[in-house]
Amino acid sequence: MPSSESSSQPGLVAQDAWHHLRQYTAARIAIGRAGGSLPTAALLDFRLSHARAKDAVHAEFNADGVCDDLLARGFSPLRLDSAAKNRREYLLRPDLGRRLSMHGAEFLKTAPQDAPDLVVIISDGLSALAANSHAVATAVPLLENLASKGWKIGRVVVVPLARVKIQDEIGSLLGARFTLMLLGERPGLGAPDSLGAYFTAYPSLEKTDADRNCISNIRPEGISPTAAAVKLAWLFESSRMTGLSGVMLKDKQPDPGLIGFSS
Amino acid sequence: MVNAARFFSYPIMPSHHRYSLCIGARRHSFEGLAELLAKASPERSGDQLAGVAAESAEERVAAQCLLADVPLSDFLAEPLIPYEEDEVTRLILDSHQPAAFVRLSTLSVGQFREWLLDYSTDGAALEAVAAGLTPEMVAAVSKIMSNQDLILVAAKRKVITAFRNTIGLPGRLSVRLQPNHPTDDVHGIAASTLDGLLYGCGDAVIGINPATDSVAAMETLLKLLDELIQRHQIPTQSCILAHVTTAIECISRGAPVDLVFQSVAGTEAANRSFGIDLALLDEARQAALSLNRGTVGNHVMYFETGQGSCLSASANHGLDQQTCEARAYAVARAFSPLLVNTVVGFIGPEYLYNGKQIIRAGLEDHFCGKLLGLPMGCDVCYTNHADADQDDMDNLLTLLGVAGCNFIMGVPGADDIMLGYQSTSFHDSHYLRQVLGLRPAPEFDTWLQEHGIVKDGTRLLATRSSHALMQHAFE
Repeated sequence: MPSSESSSQPGLVAQDAWHHLRQYTAARIAIGRAGGSLPTAALLDFRLSHARAKDAVHAEFNADGVCDDLLARGFSPLRLDSAAKNRREYLLRPDLGRRLSMHGAEFLKTAPQDAPDLVVIISDGLSALAANSHAVATAVPLLENLASKGWKIGRVVVVPLARVKIQDEIGSLLGARFTLMLLGERPGLGAPDSLGAYFTAYPSLEKTDADRNCISNIRPEGISPTAAAVKLAWLFESSRMTGLSGVMLKDKQPDPGLIGFSS
Repeated sequence: MVNAARFFSYPIMPSHHRYSLCIGARRHSFEGLAELLAKASPERSGDQLAGVAAESAEERVAAQCLLADVPLSDFLAEPLIPYEEDEVTRLILDSHQPAAFVRLSTLSVGQFREWLLDYSTDGAALEAVAAGLTPEMVAAVSKIMSNQDLILVAAKRKVITAFRNTIGLPGRLSVRLQPNHPTDDVHGIAASTLDGLLYGCGDAVIGINPATDSVAAMETLLKLLDELIQRHQIPTQSCILAHVTTAIECISRGAPVDLVFQSVAGTEAANRSFGIDLALLDEARQAALSLNRGTVGNHVMYFETGQGSCLSASANHGLDQQTCEARAYAVARAFSPLLVNTVVGFIGPEYLYNGKQIIRAGLEDHFCGKLLGLPMGCDVCYTNHADADQDDMDNLLTLLGVAGCNFIMGVPGADDIMLGYQSTSFHDSHYLRQVLGLRPAPEFDTWLQEHGIVKDGTRLLATRSSHALMQHAFE
């Protein structure tokens, strides 16, 4: 873990005799001590992880790049804005991230309602790094898979500064049967680029978190984007057959790795 | 909990009192105690999000000036949430003891502050009035107190509890060992637990936040910790922080439950959103007591709280988040907990924006809880989207150490890999022990010395791989 372990003077750092336990967990155990305090290497390693997580929170979302990637893969992206004007406001006012800007809502109200089976929404959320790196890689194989099974795929909506619940407004305005929200999760120290996927059936403003299913920790070291796409396709097919989503569907999932983290 | 006789002794005032103050050419007016309390609160993002915060720095101080003149007895006459609407209000008013309130009954909020700071007001005096204090009185005085006031008064008030060891004694600091793992892997959890014990931590509780809230998962973890505690005769207790109903089910199945955990909030509606009410908490406590697993005491509950929880459940009734938080302590104290932990910075920047707001909230929570008679600890923590860092945590940790906080968290390297936030580390506890001369709970202190882990209560010893706990690790 620490990248600069050699920088510690051996006589000053008390090493922990249970170093071998580190094979069982990613937690920062057996990191040794200087007196009772952190060795320099461990101190700086922590600081580096925190710096990367902070940078992920404040990184610029490359919405244009995401749209270009989607176009290149044959999908038609749609750029909209949430009601949050900037990142500070986004962090302070979660309610603004949960709904479209007035302009965005007006646009969707007048847009033709082609009642697609699925609308995918992509946002930076709390980690632009996650959305920049893994959103298209998750969405494209999923959409291709479902399209091959006869699903009518709607436009992919790209909305910076959005929260999960915005999927209810977008989905209901577009008359979609299912919505999937892909957005950057709150960065942990060890996982600055974790993408979350939330879906719900028959979107409406009355939906609550109990109506959503979630796959979190989508990143190369967690659930890879490709594996997440496979799991999501399974969930969508199950939901289409049973008409359920949220807790009702979750109880039927065979794979516990779908909920929460996966090792 | 409903007491019809008491109901009529606290009539709802037909119209709220209007508080007004002229400063220069400006007139500041506040409608009722709820608005006055909210506007008097030190600045924080959650009150702004709720739309209850002062709109200017001057308005905030104007509210504080008016609040200082409010008689404490007004808080008994004007419930912030109507008695018939909210069981927490009923609990607060029904359990209020007028006899303990007598010596404060003529004081205003500002005079109460001065009484708290008086040389002659010692720990015994504070203990004597605890049952006469309501959360609203305590929240009110905290809003006009400076950080040093909050520290000074809290430091006078020792709240001592016990289960397999004694927590909260003068000169002591306990640590909750928090060995979380993202998939509840028993080897991973055991590894972090041994790490913490070998760093001399875990006397408050060895408490795991499970990734999965299920009876089966909880039983597995309970057995893991029980086996460890029994085999090495560790004078401490375990807790799996699952929902209270999961714990009740585990108890009925004969699982080794030491402490029952639950998150609690300051309004009935917020508690309902947690899937609890007072009756359920009482049922859980009775179930835990029936196991009779404590050796030196029988405090069997572990509660967690945090400013912002009511608003995030849309259940704040127009109150500010710090007043809601103080009301959560009324819930906690009804069940004689071993530990109450304010998880101060976990909720995120929409409630506490930065290090300054987190530090202030941590001091307020510790003060309010202690004044109400609770064994307060604090999860000194932040998330990565808050404008805070480890130096802010060092500051709050130090301030709480000076204030006599009962316990802090011990997370390997301060990095919780399950919950994705930063707390305090085992190493942090040794910083505080050295700089303030604080020792672990006495029973645990003795155990650490007998097992060659710590010398003189404050210094870690080099641990050989032949150590019994290390042998445990090899199995």
